[in-house]
Amino acid sequence: MADTLLAVDGLTRVFDVSAPWLNRVLEGRPRQLLRAVDDVSFSITAGQTVSLVGESGCGKSTVARLVVGLHAPSAGEIRLIRPDLRLQMIFQDPYASLNPRWRVRSIVAEPIRTLGLRSDEAAIRARVDELLGIVGLGASDGDKYPHEFSGGQRQRISIARALASEPEFLVCDEPTSALDVSVQAQILNLMKKLQRELGLTYLFISHDLSVVRHVSDVVAVMYLGRIVEEAPVETLFRRPLHPYTRLLLDTIPDLEAPRRDRTPMGGEVPSPIDPPKGCTFHPRCPLASERCRHERPELAARADAGRVACHAVEEGRHK
Amino acid sequence: MAATEASLGRRIRDSELWWSLRRHRAAQVAIVMLVVIIVSAFAAPLIAPQDPYDLASLDLDNSELPPVWSADGRWPYVLGTDVQGRDVLSAILYGSRVSLAIGLASVLLSMAVGLSLGLVAGYFGGVIDNVLMRIADILLSIPTILIAILVTAVFRELLPVGLRETLSAVILVCAIALTAWVQYARTVRASTMVERGKEYVLAARLIRVPASRIMLTHILPNTLTPVMVAATLNFGLAILIEATLSFLGVGMPPTEPSLGTLIRIGNQYLFSGLWWIVVFPAAQLGLIVLAVNVIGDWLRDALNPKLR
Repeated sequence: MADTLLAVDGLTRVFDVSAPWLNRVLEGRPRQLLRAVDDVSFSITAGQTVSLVGESGCGKSTVARLVVGLHAPSAGEIRLIRPDLRLQMIFQDPYASLNPRWRVRSIVAEPIRTLGLRSDEAAIRARVDELLGIVGLGASDGDKYPHEFSGGQRQRISIARALASEPEFLVCDEPTSALDVSVQAQILNLMKKLQRELGLTYLFISHDLSVVRHVSDVVAVMYLGRIVEEAPVETLFRRPLHPYTRLLLDTIPDLEAPRRDRTPMGGEVPSPIDPPKGCTFHPRCPLASERCRHERPELAARADAGRVACHAVEEGRHK
Repeated sequence: MAATEASLGRRIRDSELWWSLRRHRAAQVAIVMLVVIIVSAFAAPLIAPQDPYDLASLDLDNSELPPVWSADGRWPYVLGTDVQGRDVLSAILYGSRVSLAIGLASVLLSMAVGLSLGLVAGYFGGVIDNVLMRIADILLSIPTILIAILVTAVFRELLPVGLRETLSAVILVCAIALTAWVQYARTVRASTMVERGKEYVLAARLIRVPASRIMLTHILPNTLTPVMVAATLNFGLAILIEATLSFLGVGMPPTEPSLGTLIRIGNQYLFSGLWWIVVFPAAQLGLIVLAVNVIGDWLRDALNPKLR
């Protein structure tokens, strides 16, 4: 595809979470490796929003950091359409993502100065004012410190800083999960507006399915470091195939059926240090068979659109 | 400019530090005391009745005078004189100047070393971190005073005789800083490891801000709060170590006495009834360290978010 902005192929990241060397030797313990991301592949079309969803600890934030280059992949590769493609990131915690000792103006100007996007101070100042305006803040807000702003306003500053480097591709790591629901909508609408006006492409990381439905074109569901199902947003929400996707969708509150009989999501996510054999989801899966306990399912094309990794779906046992 | 000065004044008045100082009587007293001591010490040539280094100003007729409130006391020797007719008050003022200067210099030196090593160890981690922190552990496992005695002794042996006395202040500063940097390094390393993972640092790394600039402009300002507390308390400690070394005879020479040297000299006359030669320098030393520690304790509480 000519307009694929970014393609991720077989991406794997292993973290060494072993005890210190001395403890390992004295207590005779082996090294411990954590496969945070395991053989993840997906691609993103220019101008689209691809969402990664999953419970905490499923590796979705690690994928985000791998994509922007904050971590080096242990295996696999990330292909950009052009080597000079500008990526930026919007972070989850608006209280940790802005340096508390810097004025907003310096925070937003840092990418412009570092990348040398404007030559003189007057131009930098004008650009910062313009960026603050784009995200709905006033030019006078530039002289304040981050602690003078609310969570939603801070996230706007974060977005302004990300836009300052004139990116084409934004990785958004749970940009709204730390915000009030009313503010979430404002930030999401701002992001959608920016996407329309600036032609941005988003990789959106979230655990909140109602948010994901609102912003995405394509959704990939992750479980224990692997993608278990991927499909265009409406297909996925209307016809989820993987039992895990179904469980996730079941947890969304429904205005029309507020007291419906929901199956509570059973069990805990197993430890990624020692994942279950076969399909990693089998201990929590209502459809698990003997095959699921031994053989790991690979992603295969769904009948309609997208991909799914499930023996039960393949065998037609999911209906 | 006027506008920024006015806003600086308002920022100080609005700051939580000022607010907590207003309710902390002991810290207020300690600050006033320390300011008076520092100003009087550094203004010693202007306000001291006598220049204790100028042998021509000494007069044996005025030797061994008790403080002015005793029957035999005489003006202007407020706190009495020693066996050579040196005014004790003047000696204390000049001696405090030496003690304070050495304390300040050793704090600044150890802070500079500790901050840089702590930042590097905390930011890069790995082998650099391991090597630096094991060196720190080794230094911490040996008593500070022992290292200081060792270093001053070795330095004095290595230096030619003529330089020993002139460089004794520099040797002292290095000897004290050699162990004191460890505390700053550990404090800064710990905060750096926390700040390094915060998202504002990641944002800077994303646009390829050089590591040195991330450390200096992003991380360092956010690690300084505990460093300020440590620096204040270490200032008192450094003055004490210097006094101990000088008392033991490996510190400042009698020709340029610090408070510790004065106490060592005065100690010899304590039992011949000339108590004022040792008691007043010792009291001054005690006041300085007490004031510094009270300020340090207040800072620690005022800057600790958990106690607010």
